[in-house]
Amino acid sequence: MAKRTSTRRTPPAAAATAAPTPAGPVFYELDEHPHPEGSSTMLGFWMYLMSDCLIFAMLFATFGVLGGNYAAGPGPKDLFELPVVAVNTAALLFSSITYGFAVLAMQRKLVARTQLWLLVTAFFGLCFLAIELNEFAHMIAEGAGPQRSAFLSSFFTLVGTHGLHVTFGLIWMVTLMVQVARFGLTSANQRRLMCLSMFWHFLDVIWIGVFTFVYLMGMLR
Amino acid sequence: MTTDPTAHGPVSPAQPGHDPEGELHVTLRGYLTGFVLAVILTAIPFYLVMSGVIPDKLITALIIMAFAGAQIVVHMVYFLHMTPKAEGGWMIMALIFTLIVLVIALVGSLWVMYHLNNNMMPMSVEQMRQMP
Amino acid sequence: MPPISSILSFIFGRLTLNELPLDEPIVVWTFVVVAAGGIVVVGALTWFKLWGYLWKEWFTTVDHKRIGIMYMILGLVMLLRGFSDAILMRLQQAMAFGGSEGYLPAHHYDQVFTAHGVIMIFFVAMPFVTGLMNFVVPLQIGARDVSFPFLNNFSFWMTVGGAVIVMMSLFVGEFARTGWLAYPPLSDKVYSPDPGVDYYIWALQVAGVGTTLSGINLIATIIKMRAPGMALMKMPVFTWTALCTNILIVAAFPVLTAVLTLLMLDRYVGTNFFTNGLGGNPMMYINLIWIWGHPEVYILILPAFGIYSEVVPTFTGKRLFGYTSMVYATLVITILSYLVWLHHFFTMGSGASVNSFFGITTMIISIPTGAKIFNWLFTMFRGRIRFELPMMWTVAFMITFIIGGMTGVLLAVPPADFVLHNSLFLVAHFHNVIIGGVLFGMFAGINYWFPKAFGFRLDPFWGKISFWFWVVGFYLAFMPLYVLGLMGVTRRLRVFDDPSLQIWFVIAGVGAALIAVGILATLVQFAVSILNREKLRDTTGDPWNGRTLEWSTSSPPPEYNFAFTPIVHERDAWWDMKARGHTRPLTGFRPIHMPSNTGSGIILAGCATAFGVAMIWYMWWLAVLSFAALLVVAIAHTFNYKRDFDIPAEEVAHTEDARTAALATGG
Repeated sequence: MAKRTSTRRTPPAAAATAAPTPAGPVFYELDEHPHPEGSSTMLGFWMYLMSDCLIFAMLFATFGVLGGNYAAGPGPKDLFELPVVAVNTAALLFSSITYGFAVLAMQRKLVARTQLWLLVTAFFGLCFLAIELNEFAHMIAEGAGPQRSAFLSSFFTLVGTHGLHVTFGLIWMVTLMVQVARFGLTSANQRRLMCLSMFWHFLDVIWIGVFTFVYLMGMLR
Repeated sequence: MTTDPTAHGPVSPAQPGHDPEGELHVTLRGYLTGFVLAVILTAIPFYLVMSGVIPDKLITALIIMAFAGAQIVVHMVYFLHMTPKAEGGWMIMALIFTLIVLVIALVGSLWVMYHLNNNMMPMSVEQMRQMP
Repeated sequence: MPPISSILSFIFGRLTLNELPLDEPIVVWTFVVVAAGGIVVVGALTWFKLWGYLWKEWFTTVDHKRIGIMYMILGLVMLLRGFSDAILMRLQQAMAFGGSEGYLPAHHYDQVFTAHGVIMIFFVAMPFVTGLMNFVVPLQIGARDVSFPFLNNFSFWMTVGGAVIVMMSLFVGEFARTGWLAYPPLSDKVYSPDPGVDYYIWALQVAGVGTTLSGINLIATIIKMRAPGMALMKMPVFTWTALCTNILIVAAFPVLTAVLTLLMLDRYVGTNFFTNGLGGNPMMYINLIWIWGHPEVYILILPAFGIYSEVVPTFTGKRLFGYTSMVYATLVITILSYLVWLHHFFTMGSGASVNSFFGITTMIISIPTGAKIFNWLFTMFRGRIRFELPMMWTVAFMITFIIGGMTGVLLAVPPADFVLHNSLFLVAHFHNVIIGGVLFGMFAGINYWFPKAFGFRLDPFWGKISFWFWVVGFYLAFMPLYVLGLMGVTRRLRVFDDPSLQIWFVIAGVGAALIAVGILATLVQFAVSILNREKLRDTTGDPWNGRTLEWSTSSPPPEYNFAFTPIVHERDAWWDMKARGHTRPLTGFRPIHMPSNTGSGIILAGCATAFGVAMIWYMWWLAVLSFAALLVVAIAHTFNYKRDFDIPAEEVAHTEDARTAALATGG
């Protein structure tokens, strides 16, 4: 069993560069640039979003299969108020564009403007949540809670999970605002803001699915 | 807020000798275009359903689904900056793979459960006797 | 002043003294033994003042090598628990004939087979697979660590948290009695009101978060952290299978998370997803859980295939035959694994069109696996085979797995499955492929990479004893089950009427006893190897004349893996370096940037575990507190921006000089 230990002369110290030694191909990166910090973050976060997408997909599948099972209880036409959903949808869409403005400000390293647009985004997000919670409370008070039927179980779980994600997004947003205020728009904070951006827009994408397949299709059934 | 077409996203901070992969090019125009498109693609489906202007429910359903698909693409391109080049092509590949799994799981579940429900529906003895 | 009882029920939820199994002697004695062992271990650690060392060097480590080793230890410990469950079952089934009820009451027996399955899949096989991937992949791609070292630590402790929850169920309350997949309606609140199914749900949710994050971590690592020159088609096959495995993890575990959440909502909130009434549909659970379940078994087997693809070329002295087809076969398996899930419930009644579609796809998925086997065989053809332990395990795998695979293709035929579904034939099939495929692969991998991890080889003599007892024991334990299944015997039965069946169960019991000896021999192998480590020492870092980059490092590798990142030109990069005369640099070392250790991972996992326990026992105050703690600690962790440090160049030089000296003496 040949164990290859080198008997060749080591190259002189001056050649601690990537220039090939006279003997053959270069096997070692002698003049190394380490990976920039956070170079994997965006890709890694995207992978997480893909996994989250699949959780929602399963909740959609469950809604698809069980969403017609009203168990002689209230159905979409009895419960959904499309104007309210339209306002909700508008709030979330506005929050997406205001986050975009925040990112533009971030690129220009304008801390105050970034914080302002983040605040506006959070406000729209809170509006969204408030309207949704109000809708839920209303439905539960009418006896149309998640225990009433499989349709309602899947409705509350799908829409509620989305709302939970929005809630965590808001907590994250506040945390980031504190961190930006304390440490400024460092590259780490900018990375985090970009991740939250992806998360926030992704939630709006899911909402497109929700308002289409749950609310609009529900009224069409 | 002025449009700055040379504004580069800070996603992969350039380092000497390194090419930032999937350079992000974020512009105000991009966001506004996406926003306007999204508003249109939202308003029309809501209008169609709320007004009931198309009598055929199936057609309405297909139209709003198409609009949903279109709006998702708008979000992906204008808000999520999805391009085939992002992260060396890995982001779009991950998205495509996720979509494949999603479609399989969704369509598969609907298909399987439809058949299961039909075959396993509770029946009386007389109904069973009439089965082929 | 509220009565004592309501104060107690607020603090302890539904946990009462009744939940302690004081009336079950087996459990009581198990507890005594485990507690005694625990006291010995804890006492020894305290006596030798090792807690500081353990905390600083192991519990808070972000080093992928140490995390990998800890995963392997977890898997080994849980193997002992899962195997004890197996022995309990074999003994019961061998005894319970001719009017005898055996020694295990049904209430207990049902928990045993449930725990056996859950532990073996989630807390033995998954940790083994994750541990090996964690240890090996960064070394194979020439990286210094994974993309997200903190997440790696956190993922490990979440897996431990899940294991702790399962183990807790042995001594406090009960475990689920539903089988390892907890089908409703049996698993819903009406038919399983006790905490058992809740133990199941929360153990898997906690561990599942760890696994999913680990999947994200390794995908990012393989995509982003490869050494320069290592194009995708130059990666080692184990790294390819690791990539596909982790893609499967990220794409499949969310489904499990979703389904278990729905089951949890049914039990806690009273929703109607899987109930019998109010529009629920229990069949939907089975559909969803198997959409996860089938990719899961490929998550288990693909890394094993990767291990074989490393072992065969190394111990044959030839490069792998058909590298490209191996990669494509792995990718095809990855995609196809999403198209076969219904074969787990052909008999649920979806009808001929659905059943035939999935039957055909199931048969198709066996083809790429067959291609892999041929590639290994063609690699071995005209090679100079060295029958070291990894190669022995590989040959045993090939024979054993083929049998299991063939019975799988047989089961893929829906009409056949209608007879064999949930019979012992099925049980034999999946043990055949999991033990013959996954477990043998793990043993091959452990024997192969142990010297890399610890600097000395495992004792071959005791390894061979373990091998032979395992292999002979496996066949004796499971071939009778094929016979019994074909005769119509159902799985999970506790008592039998037909005396003619007993002989088969006795043979199976003997097989299990042999496997027990095999496991014991493995433990002896570890002990003997540690005692004789100087004789088994590997000073070169390359004891097997390996082909891939991990063998270019010392054994064990330094903290930073590579003083200089290697530049890759060909597949089998290390073999190429040896063949073309690489010169290991002896000077010019630079400071190396490394991630710092952190306690946040273990603390967060502790909070998550506490949350799980609180939810199981309805200790709502603890649930709120631990969840809040999770948020607070996680947010606090994000305020720490300084998470890395530099290893000074002198320290690197010192380590590398020591290696130079070792290489000079080892020759």
